[in-house]
Amino acid sequence: MSQPDAAPAGVIHDIGYRGYQGDRLGRSGIRFALFTHSLRGVFGLGRSGRSKVIPFGLVGVMLLPAVIIAAIVIIGGGVGPVSTPAYAQYAGQLTAATWIFVAVQAPQAVSLDMRFGTLPLYMSRPLTRGDYVVAKIAALTGGVFLLIATPILILYLGAVFAELPLGENSAAAGWAILGAVLYSAMFSGIGLLIASLTSRRGFGIAAIITVLALSYVIVSSMQGAIGHGMGEERLAGWLGLFSPNTLLDGVQVWAFDAGSSSVLPVPDGAGPVFLLVTLLVIGGSYAALAARYRKVRL
Amino acid sequence: MPYGRCVPVIEIDNLTKQFPGVTALDRLTVEVGTGVTGLVGANGAGKSTLIKILLGLSGATSGDARVLGMDAATEGPTIRQRVGYMPEHDCLPGDMSATEFVVHMARMSGLPPNAARERTADTLRHVGLYEERYRPIGGYSTGMKQRVKLAQGLVHDPELVFLDEPTNGLDPVGRDDMLDLIRRIHTEFGISVLVASHLLGELERICDNVVVIDAGVLLRASSVAEFTRASEQLAVEVTADWDEVADGLVQAGLGIEQEGHLIVVNVADDITYDIVRDTVADMNVGIVRIEPRRHRIAEVFAGGEADVAA
Repeated sequence: MSQPDAAPAGVIHDIGYRGYQGDRLGRSGIRFALFTHSLRGVFGLGRSGRSKVIPFGLVGVMLLPAVIIAAIVIIGGGVGPVSTPAYAQYAGQLTAATWIFVAVQAPQAVSLDMRFGTLPLYMSRPLTRGDYVVAKIAALTGGVFLLIATPILILYLGAVFAELPLGENSAAAGWAILGAVLYSAMFSGIGLLIASLTSRRGFGIAAIITVLALSYVIVSSMQGAIGHGMGEERLAGWLGLFSPNTLLDGVQVWAFDAGSSSVLPVPDGAGPVFLLVTLLVIGGSYAALAARYRKVRL
Repeated sequence: MPYGRCVPVIEIDNLTKQFPGVTALDRLTVEVGTGVTGLVGANGAGKSTLIKILLGLSGATSGDARVLGMDAATEGPTIRQRVGYMPEHDCLPGDMSATEFVVHMARMSGLPPNAARERTADTLRHVGLYEERYRPIGGYSTGMKQRVKLAQGLVHDPELVFLDEPTNGLDPVGRDDMLDLIRRIHTEFGISVLVASHLLGELERICDNVVVIDAGVLLRASSVAEFTRASEQLAVEVTADWDEVADGLVQAGLGIEQEGHLIVVNVADDITYDIVRDTVADMNVGIVRIEPRRHRIAEVFAGGEADVAA
C-alpha cells in the first residue's frame, strides 16, 4: 500500500461539533421513512440475523409450490394441454404460512415499540399518533401483500412462458392480485389490532394464530357437520362469514368467479354480504387500531 | 420571576395540569433562558408532566406554555422538530445496534438518509460511543445505554433538549461523565438544555440556572450563582473542646449550627475565614479541617418554602 506524501498517517482531526443546516423532511416524509423502516422490519431487514429466519422461511414456503407449478406448466405445456393455474386459491391453500407470517410479524411491527418503550421517542418527534398507525398498517399490509402476490406473479409468468391463453390468464391473475390486496389488508388489520394490545410478543403471536387459525378450523368443521352431515348446505354456507379465510374465499368465489378453497361454497346471493362484511372488518380493525393508539400511555 | 440571561426558550404562564384526583402542576409560572437549566424536584413533583406538556404530547388543564416562541398546545409538531427529548425510562430496542437505531431516529426527525447517517456517526462519537455502536443495544451497560438515549435526542441538531433524569442508574464515574457531557451540550454544541433531576447536588455543577418545583408549585427559580452565595457555609472540625469553640465563634459574632462534633459556620464575607482561624487558634485548639459546605436538597426545599411564605 502506498502512502500519500503530503498527509501524515494516523492523524485524527477533531473538527468539533457541527450543526445541521440541511433539509428537514415534513410529516409526510417522516411517515414514509417509518413505513419503509417498518416494511424492512417485517422481513427482519435491519434487525438481527435471527429475525430474518421466520419471514424468509415463510417466503420460501410460499414461493416453492409456485415455482414447481410454474415449472410443470412450462414443461407440461410442451407435452400436452395444461389447465389455467388456480391463482386465486393459492393464498387460501397456503394460508397457514400467511397466518404464521402475520402472527410473528405484526407483534414485531408494534409490540416491540411498546415493550422497549420506544413509542415515546416517536411521539417526541413531529409524527402524530395517527401517522404512526398509518405507517404501521401500510408496512405490514405491504409485507403480507408481497408474500401473497409474488407467487401469483410467478404462476402467471409460468403460464405466459408456457404460452397458455394470455387473456384468460391475465384476467384470472389480475383478480387474484386484487384478492391478495383483500387478504393482506384483513390479515394485517386483525393482526396489528391484536398485537397492539400487548407488549409481549409471545402473547401476540399466540393470540393472532388463535384468532386466524382457530376461527377457520371451527367454521370449517361446523360447515362440514351442518352442511354435509345435516344437509343444511345453505345455512352452513353462511357460517363462512365468521372466519377471515372463509370470508375472503367467499368474496373471491362470488366476485372473481374463482374456485373455492373452503369446505362449502357461498350461498346464492350472499356474495355482496360477504364483500360488505370483509370491508367492514378491514375498516373496523383500522378504526379500532387508531382508537387504541389515541389512548395509549406514553 | 424572569431571570435567564437571554431570550426565554421556555415561557410557562399559570400552567395547571390536573389528573383525576391529582394536581400535577398548580398555576406554575416561570421563564427559562438559554444555557443549561436544572429542573429540580422530588419524584412526583411534576417534572415529567411538565416536559410532556412542553413537547405538546399532553394538554394542560389551563394556562399557557411556549417553547422557542411557539405555543405547545397548538404547534406541537413544529416544536418537536426543533427540540430533542431523552426520556427517563428505558426506550431502546435491544435487538438493534446503536448506529441503526440512531439513524432511524434521525430519519424520524426528518433528516434525509445520508444526513441521518453522517449526523449519527458524529453524534455517537460526541457522546463517547465508538466500536461498540455496531453491536446490539441489548448487551450494553447502563452507561452506554444512557449515551445512546442522549444521542437520539441530539442527532437532529435541536435548539433545545429536554433530559429527564439523565444520570439515573449510573455509577459515580458514569454520572460524572454524563454531567460533563451535558455541560458540553451547551458550551460546545450551542444547544440549550433543560435537565430534570431530583438531585440538586449534581445539577448545581452543570447548570446556569435552577428551577425548583414541589407538588407542581414553583419553589424557586434563580441562577446557580445566587443560590450558592445565599447558602454558603463552612464546616469546621477541631481537635477538642468543640462546645467551647462553638461558644467562642458565637461571641465573635458568627452564626453557627452544631452537628455533633462538626461546627457549621454561615459565611458572611471573606473575613469569616479569618475570624474562624483566629478564634480557634486563640483557644489553643487544633483545626482538623475547614471546608466549604454545599447545601443539600432538604435545606433548599426548606429555604424555598420560607421564600415562598415570605
